[in-house]
Amino acid sequence: MAITGDSRSQFHVLAVDDSLIDRKLIERLLKTSSYQVTTVDSGSKALKFLGFQEDEQSNPDTPFGSPNNHQEVEVNLIITDYCMPGMTGYDLLKKVKESSSLRNIPVVIMSSENVPSRITRCLEEGADEFFLKPVRLSDLNRLKPHMMKTKIKNQKQEEDQEELKISEIQSDEQQQPVQPPSPQPQPESQPQAPPPPPPALLLQHNNNKRKAMEEGLSPDRTRPRYNGIPTMV
Amino acid sequence: MDILNQLQRQYTDFTALLYREGFVDDNFTQVQKLQDESSPDFVVEVVSLFFEDCEKLVNNMAEALEQQDVDFKQVDSHVHQLKGSSSSMGAARIKNVCIAFKTFCEAQNREGCLRCLQQVNHENTQLKTNLQALFTLERQIVANGGSIPVMQ
Repeated sequence: MAITGDSRSQFHVLAVDDSLIDRKLIERLLKTSSYQVTTVDSGSKALKFLGFQEDEQSNPDTPFGSPNNHQEVEVNLIITDYCMPGMTGYDLLKKVKESSSLRNIPVVIMSSENVPSRITRCLEEGADEFFLKPVRLSDLNRLKPHMMKTKIKNQKQEEDQEELKISEIQSDEQQQPVQPPSPQPQPESQPQAPPPPPPALLLQHNNNKRKAMEEGLSPDRTRPRYNGIPTMV
Repeated sequence: MDILNQLQRQYTDFTALLYREGFVDDNFTQVQKLQDESSPDFVVEVVSLFFEDCEKLVNNMAEALEQQDVDFKQVDSHVHQLKGSSSSMGAARIKNVCIAFKTFCEAQNREGCLRCLQQVNHENTQLKTNLQALFTLERQIVANGGSIPVMQ
């Protein structure tokens, strides 16, 4: 029955905004674009929904396949308002990117104010896009590549997990407890703590965004262009 | 069919007026685009939420401005919220008043703030009346078997 070919119904977006009206609008926008949506009104509720554990910071000792990931529901993208009381969108972004289990989830920041330094700060912290509010249907077209990247990355990780486990044990830098090499291939489950992207790729990612920034943002309401982000096709 | 044509023309003219006079802007069009068969009352729902929110914020601002020692940061945060939601809704006039309102908050100018508050109230009432008229026209068009003209 599900031969529609519309892959977007598989994507689940978590939208975070303290404004009820903006929540309603973003929910409608996302649903119109065929995404599954969950909305929450604060950063702390978002983290709760994501199953964020405080002591799950970037920890090189955490072995792959660790049962520490309590993420109940798969979230393919987080879209959050910047200006929120308590935990701002930036704070939420930081927490997500510092978490070994959550950092792979693309994060998009929304703001009603066009403040270049704010935009740079968010991008440098790992945000994948920065949308000026009010967000439009056409803006959402930019979301899919990020969500696809994660899906492909996750699939690749399931294949590579075995290889990486072995190289982890052999690596001098990681102080991992010795693990008996698993004789069977990993069962197909949600990949846990994905490895950080190779440093070269990360740098390029940031440079492209910084380049876009240096090209200058127009003073009107046009959106900054971040077309340099490498996507897997 | 005469009534229907009349209604549809009224609708088109009225809509054009609302945009021309700056009551609503393109963001309102975007909100209307989000309504479809699966969400047929979306616009009315969001608009009601907006007015509820607006009234609540106005009350909060009034209360804050009545204090002996006005907490302008508080007032500013209410204005900021209203500015955001009016922008999202496409309620252009209200948004514009909020922009001026913010400057008075920053200058800690109580009189200026009170004037802006009055203006917000005024714009709020006007927009409410206008949108209610618009929605009534929509209902009448649909009741007469017609479809609502789409804004170009």
